[in-house]
Amino acid sequence: MYQTTYHRPSSVDEAASLFAKGSDAKYLAGGHTLIPVMKQRLASPSDVIDLCKIKELVGIEPTGDGIMIKAATTHSDVASSETVQKAIPALAYLASLIGDPAVRHRGTIGGSLANNDPAADYPAAVLACGATVKTNKRSISADDFFKGLFSTALEDGEIITAVSFPVQDKAGYAKFNHPASRFALTGVFVAKTPAGDVRAAATGASQNGVMRVPAIEAALKANWSAAALDNVNISADGLMNDIHGTSDYRANLVKVMAQRAVTAAS
Amino acid sequence: MSTVKLTVNGKAVSAEVEDRTLLVHLLRDHLNLTGTHVGCDTSQCGACVVHIDGRAVKSCTVLAGQAAGSNVTTIEGIAKGDELHPMQAAFRDNHGLQCGYCTPGMIMSAIDIVHRHSGNLDEATVRHELEGNICRCTGYHNIVKAVLDAAGRMKVAQAAE
Amino acid sequence: MGVEGIGASVVRKEDRRFITGKGRYVDDIKLVGMTHAHFIRSPHAHAKIKSIDTSEAMKMPGVVGVLTGQQVVDDKIGNLICGWAITSKDGTGMKMGAWPAMAPETVRFVGQAVAVVIAETKNQARDAAEAVVVNYEELPAVPDIRAAIAPGAPQLHPEAPGNVIYDWTIGDEAATDAAFKSAANVVSLDITNNRLVPNAMEPRAAIAEYNEPEEHFTLYTTSQNPHVARLVLSAFYNIAQEHKLRVVAPDVGGGFGSKIFIYPEEMVALWASKKVGRPVKWTGDRTEAFLTDAHGRDHLTKAEMAFDKDNKVTGLRVKTYANLGGYMSLFSSSVPTYLYATLLSGQYNIPNIFAEVISVYTNTVPVDAYRGAGRPEASFVVERLMETAARQLKVDPAELRKKNFITQFPHQTPVIMAYDIGDFHASLDAAMKAIDYAGFPARKAKAKSEGKLRGIGISCYIEACGIAPSKAVGSLGAGVGLWESAEVRVNPVGTIEILTGSHSHGQGHETTFCQLIADRLGVPISQVQIVHGDTDKVQFGMGTYGSRSAAVGLTAILKAMEKVEAKAKKIAAHQLEASENDIVIENGEFKVAGTDKSLALPMVALAAYTAHNLPDGMEPGLKEGAFYDPTNFTFPAGAYICEMEVDAGTGKSTFVNFVAADDFGRLINPMIVEGQVHGGLAQGIGQALLEGVVYDSSGQLVTASFMDYTMPRADDLPSFKLSHTTTLCPGNPLGVKGCGEAGAIGASAAVINAITDAIDNNKLEMPATPDRVWHAIHG
Repeated sequence: MYQTTYHRPSSVDEAASLFAKGSDAKYLAGGHTLIPVMKQRLASPSDVIDLCKIKELVGIEPTGDGIMIKAATTHSDVASSETVQKAIPALAYLASLIGDPAVRHRGTIGGSLANNDPAADYPAAVLACGATVKTNKRSISADDFFKGLFSTALEDGEIITAVSFPVQDKAGYAKFNHPASRFALTGVFVAKTPAGDVRAAATGASQNGVMRVPAIEAALKANWSAAALDNVNISADGLMNDIHGTSDYRANLVKVMAQRAVTAAS
Repeated sequence: MSTVKLTVNGKAVSAEVEDRTLLVHLLRDHLNLTGTHVGCDTSQCGACVVHIDGRAVKSCTVLAGQAAGSNVTTIEGIAKGDELHPMQAAFRDNHGLQCGYCTPGMIMSAIDIVHRHSGNLDEATVRHELEGNICRCTGYHNIVKAVLDAAGRMKVAQAAE
Repeated sequence: MGVEGIGASVVRKEDRRFITGKGRYVDDIKLVGMTHAHFIRSPHAHAKIKSIDTSEAMKMPGVVGVLTGQQVVDDKIGNLICGWAITSKDGTGMKMGAWPAMAPETVRFVGQAVAVVIAETKNQARDAAEAVVVNYEELPAVPDIRAAIAPGAPQLHPEAPGNVIYDWTIGDEAATDAAFKSAANVVSLDITNNRLVPNAMEPRAAIAEYNEPEEHFTLYTTSQNPHVARLVLSAFYNIAQEHKLRVVAPDVGGGFGSKIFIYPEEMVALWASKKVGRPVKWTGDRTEAFLTDAHGRDHLTKAEMAFDKDNKVTGLRVKTYANLGGYMSLFSSSVPTYLYATLLSGQYNIPNIFAEVISVYTNTVPVDAYRGAGRPEASFVVERLMETAARQLKVDPAELRKKNFITQFPHQTPVIMAYDIGDFHASLDAAMKAIDYAGFPARKAKAKSEGKLRGIGISCYIEACGIAPSKAVGSLGAGVGLWESAEVRVNPVGTIEILTGSHSHGQGHETTFCQLIADRLGVPISQVQIVHGDTDKVQFGMGTYGSRSAAVGLTAILKAMEKVEAKAKKIAAHQLEASENDIVIENGEFKVAGTDKSLALPMVALAAYTAHNLPDGMEPGLKEGAFYDPTNFTFPAGAYICEMEVDAGTGKSTFVNFVAADDFGRLINPMIVEGQVHGGLAQGIGQALLEGVVYDSSGQLVTASFMDYTMPRADDLPSFKLSHTTTLCPGNPLGVKGCGEAGAIGASAAVINAITDAIDNNKLEMPATPDRVWHAIHG
């Protein structure tokens, strides 16, 4: 790791002002992406600004039509939250599958979304639930937030403060583990709103990161059942192709995981 | 350089370290607690697992500064004098270790697993929960046995307290 | 057996330090004035080094020195050696290219060291390493076997035209060809034995210290065989003289073969400690382990088996290409030849066998022994052929095996090995019973009705262990003898120290070796201490690999022990005024048979050291040594059966059951033996399902971390059901055979046989990842 300066602000405003002062500052949440990258000397921030000790960034609250998870809430706290389990059990389940127990004790929802790893789990839930990403400057809808591989709508220095998930009528997540990294080789989150809208998002599959899957959404809107997806054809075009899964295999996983997510949701 | 103050195995400690220092190196190089090991550089093997404020974490993926003010417990801090922690005893009695390198992290993770499940564990749960700890020697067979055995012992110990 | 004697599942003495965090591995050691090394490694698979500029790095904070490959040459440090000479079929010797500890001119794999920075701290060394400027001229790379043998392929070493190191054969080609000509049926297979990374959890490390006035070096290193390291470092590498070099291998966090070899980093640390006049520490990280630890396996094989009309095997013909990487590692040449092709008879009576092995250079990490070393590859060939034959001949795979089992011992195979003893029916029957083989068709049908694909796979392995009779291996090209040495010291107060040349890095020698003493003398194991891993303490030894420590190492201890007992009996007889023939040893007492006269061991020991009243002419003291050279290999064997279910939707394979029935001869500590089997099975299953090295076409290692190289996790594996059948090894007095590698040798074929049965498609390569299995199901 290169030399760096560690900061521990106690408010979001203090964090933002520290960021502005640094020549090449980076925010540190759970650190489970940034620190490994720094250890490999692939990132050399002048300053790392720890967001995890900022009290206003931690916690889970019910809202009028759903729940709000503050950005520095850890995966394990989401997984074990009664509020989340009651409102959107699939979200708690998804959080329980991220990394491993020690990773879940440190990793945060804000960190995961800001990084937008193409195989991370949370982006699938955020996109499928039509969640809203709140920052210290604005609110960003899920459809506008994800901008492709490791890329988001966040501006330089902008801090995610919370994510609001509207409650779903039905929601389910199914993940097929990458055998080595335990990220998602493909994970699919399906959700049906109380109004009957259906959204499905796949992670780990596309070369451009998390994606909605219109064919699955259409089929499920017509008939919310695993069997409704039997004849859905997922194109392998644009899907990742690597030593752990060819693009046609991933296309198959999108469909099979979607079916299992529906089964889990019903 | 920064001064990092924290509690390690019940003792207040302070060390002058570069900000880029990882918790595992603070423990090993500055505090001579070499029971916590480094087995990979991608936060996967779990040889470095310690408890921060009672939760299992990978000390290779935490800056020393992030742990300032925290209560850290390492493998050296879980026995009560000569009396082994029930998890340590269960690893020995079930031959849950061979070369011993992954063992400290494995034991620290396993204690955390038992705590989080209030001792109610089955084989499948233990196997899933050990996802973040890699052992190359044992094939995990006896580690799983040891964790299940210790879960029972820890329940008994808790009941006795 | 006593409670701590042979056959007792005694909990391990060494565990307390490991479970309390008090183990002492190399990286835990700090020396006064210690500096830290960081290696600069080639980013290219094949390149010429045009220049190295170290001037900026020398000015960086904390830098003590920067050393390059040219300085290795200038100091006349010897090139790395290969310790086993293989002769090609045309009578020529193997074509070996030079491997300097750091490359002065040419790099031949990604990660090869070209220079090293020594600095006050690890971070400073790494910081300064980035200031070393190396200019390379890239050369076309050869990333795998097929590329290496292609016409016009880039040449790695001028010594090896066509990148071929040797083209070696074993067996009777004409007789085997004749067997195929007259065969009723022939079964053939193309097999890839996937390349693996050993990945002991402790990365390699070294600390070297040079004492200038004494001209004496000390090297702490992660070694399975510190004496061999000292021998090689002194006799071949010209860094230190043997009597001026102490090598210590303290607690070592797993080896699996990868810590047999003496690597460039350890050589350089030793050499550099004198150059910079300070202790030098190097601790590898996981990436370096992937890039520099010797890999394992990596064969391409075409294998054919001939059967007569009664389904008896009449011939086996095998042609294997073995990838040895960019350079020849210490025992690399022997692994795909004498450790592989000599086991191709498996458990079967095969009258004619012919094998040809062509080993090649590629621009990859050197390949050498990894748990099993050649024998897993052989077992996989034989057991995949047997399974394929059963399917092709439409007979039950267990029955086909039984029909061809060797039943008379000793049995001379056509490929050197003379099996001393075994009962292959017993182990297969035990495994079939354990898994309810007869009930499988019903289970398969039930699974099918639930939409699941279920399969069963058998693997009957045999291995040659207890490596090895020195005269035999010497005649086959080995550069060393493979005996073991031991010393038994009874101290004046009656406690005992056992000095052994074996090295424990997880095997539990500190317990099992004590159990022998407890068995012989009836003393508690707490009174016995095992001393190992230090060339200053133990006179000599060949170390631990090839499942040799019980069969060879423990037998050496027994031989020394017998000498101690003989002398002690003389002393006791003298003291008790009895005949030494009447002295018996029980519960730590030397008793005169049939009387109540006895002398406790401490009294005998005290008498030996006070020497006030010893038999005339007897030397004082009670300490004896022995060297033991085995007369034959040992032949552990067994049967593994695995039942798996495949998810057709994802291609994921899940274990329903895995049973193992092994014959290891006498078990010293069944608990430890079973632990060895579990670990071996995990590595065999890992090869079958999860692990596989991938290089891209330019020779970059794609699987260079645990993010891409799949290590078996707890949830990838089942609980194993083990059992033992026993035929005592006649070749050593303890009747032991060795158990360390069995699981890794036998498991892979059982898994692949089960999955291919489940999906009804025999074409499936290892690792059988969900992606591959799904494609095998769906085309």
